[in-house]
Amino acid sequence: MNKHTDIRILAIESSCDETAAAVVVDGRDVRSNIISSQISLHTIYGGVVPEIASRKHIEKINQVIKEALKEAQMALDDIDAIAVTYGPGLVGALLVGVAEAKAISYAKKLPLIGVHHIEGHICANYIENPDLEPPFLCLVVSGGHTHLVNVLGYNSYEILGRTLDDAAGEAFDKVARAIGLGYPGGPKIEKEAHKGDQKAIPFPRAHVAGDAYNFSFSGMKSAVLNYLNNCRMKGIEVVQADVAASFQQAVIDVLTGNVERALKETGAKKFAIAGGVASNATLRKAMEQLCMGRGAAFYHPSPVFCTDNAAMIGVAAYYDYLEGKFSGLDLNAVPNLKLGER
Amino acid sequence: MKLLAIDSSGLVASVAVVCDEELIGEFTVNYKKTHSQTLLPMLHRLAEMTELDLGSLDAIAVAGGPGSFTGLRIGSATVKGLALALDKPVVEVPTVDAIAYNLAGHRDLVCPLMDARRNQTYTGLYRFCGNRMETVKSQCAVDIGEILAEINHTGTPVVFLGDGVKVFGEYLSEHCCVPYLFAPPHLNKQRAGALAALAAQYYKEGKTVTADAHKPDYLRLSQAERERKAKLYAGH
Repeated sequence: MNKHTDIRILAIESSCDETAAAVVVDGRDVRSNIISSQISLHTIYGGVVPEIASRKHIEKINQVIKEALKEAQMALDDIDAIAVTYGPGLVGALLVGVAEAKAISYAKKLPLIGVHHIEGHICANYIENPDLEPPFLCLVVSGGHTHLVNVLGYNSYEILGRTLDDAAGEAFDKVARAIGLGYPGGPKIEKEAHKGDQKAIPFPRAHVAGDAYNFSFSGMKSAVLNYLNNCRMKGIEVVQADVAASFQQAVIDVLTGNVERALKETGAKKFAIAGGVASNATLRKAMEQLCMGRGAAFYHPSPVFCTDNAAMIGVAAYYDYLEGKFSGLDLNAVPNLKLGER
Repeated sequence: MKLLAIDSSGLVASVAVVCDEELIGEFTVNYKKTHSQTLLPMLHRLAEMTELDLGSLDAIAVAGGPGSFTGLRIGSATVKGLALALDKPVVEVPTVDAIAYNLAGHRDLVCPLMDARRNQTYTGLYRFCGNRMETVKSQCAVDIGEILAEINHTGTPVVFLGDGVKVFGEYLSEHCCVPYLFAPPHLNKQRAGALAALAAQYYKEGKTVTADAHKPDYLRLSQAERERKAKLYAGH
């Protein structure tokens, strides 16, 4: 029916607190990437409130989709497939995108592709790095996830390590709250850390015994809380910037430690980071230096593709499209969808 | 005039197609609460059975709330997606009104009761003059005692329906002072056929909204907003 020969995917993402839609052509060419962020709505609650997020998604979703089509200078008739994040994430939030995507795919008789949110984050690296192809190592760090992944192929992932408790971004949020920086913690700690001394407080670097690649951040978070409590009891003044800088460095040391071991043991020559925390400039710099030292190529998405967005979902969907992996009209939201279990 | 109607506001998933005063088809399932998985396959099967050309629809109707927050959003997102793709207007029908319309023509006062948890109900009061429905009390979220006091005050017979009947049945039998009936099983839950019939009236009256503007009317704030409000109020 369509006269074009390229593959045009309209992608929708609503797994947490961003309502997003994008048009991606042939998997790497992002024609539009619209994100309606709700951060200001959730700030007064100190974190994302699932019901409020879901309500906002339903209010914004059509406008965001239309905006994405408009910016890409396309109509739905120019689209070849509809992609949507179906997990992991907040179930109520995911369901909005999933129901909307299924309805559009059904009404327009377009194939539907359910995408794994974390696979999307990994695939965000393809957008600005046309030369990047699997295999490579990827560290996904966000508010909900911390995974060290061996990307074997476009649709093939092996998890080397994951957090056993808090996600890295979650630890940032909790520490930010404890030192009075508020939500969202990641960017606020990063900003504050610039003014502080990373060596001021020796927070522990937790290594998970027996498994070189797993992470644990809750102990680190507790160490910060204990430190703050201690200072309070002894009447010692807390230097917010020093806490932020020291904590951030502790997290970075743990992340780089595992990545270094993985690079050494797998012999990987390419390494990428992804997810919201990947936009932390200090983390990027540390990873870049680590890769340089080991002779590995370092890849990272721009901040706009690190945060939750639909372009990355369109990219991931493209490789499913090529393999003919489509979803049915009974596609459901799967809040705890595991990586590599599709 | 052809309308598609969708209701996933409660335990029931229901889709219907009406064309010029005629119910062409209705598919209602009161089984398990997996609307996300069932709703579109149901629509697909109904459309196949009735050889429905989606492009020929004049509008798409939806149970506009109240109801299960998630259920409402599955229905709303489905309708918004369909209406966006097909470029059709949306007809929002208050859920409680649509349930009441199941009993069009009934001579008693009609009182739908939806279980709203925390001893509350989404309810309203309706009367029929022939098939024309008059709203005595608009849909609202109240304690079961409050609506029942109002009914007792009217002193007229009433018929109850909705999933709240099961939840509040005992309370009603103890506290209802007027003659009352419970609607039979085939009429006591959300039915997209009744929703579509009401929607057809709305459509004729020009009561439509754009797909972009449509959002559920929950009749309730989220828990976080309620608690925050209560805290702020307590602080004053």
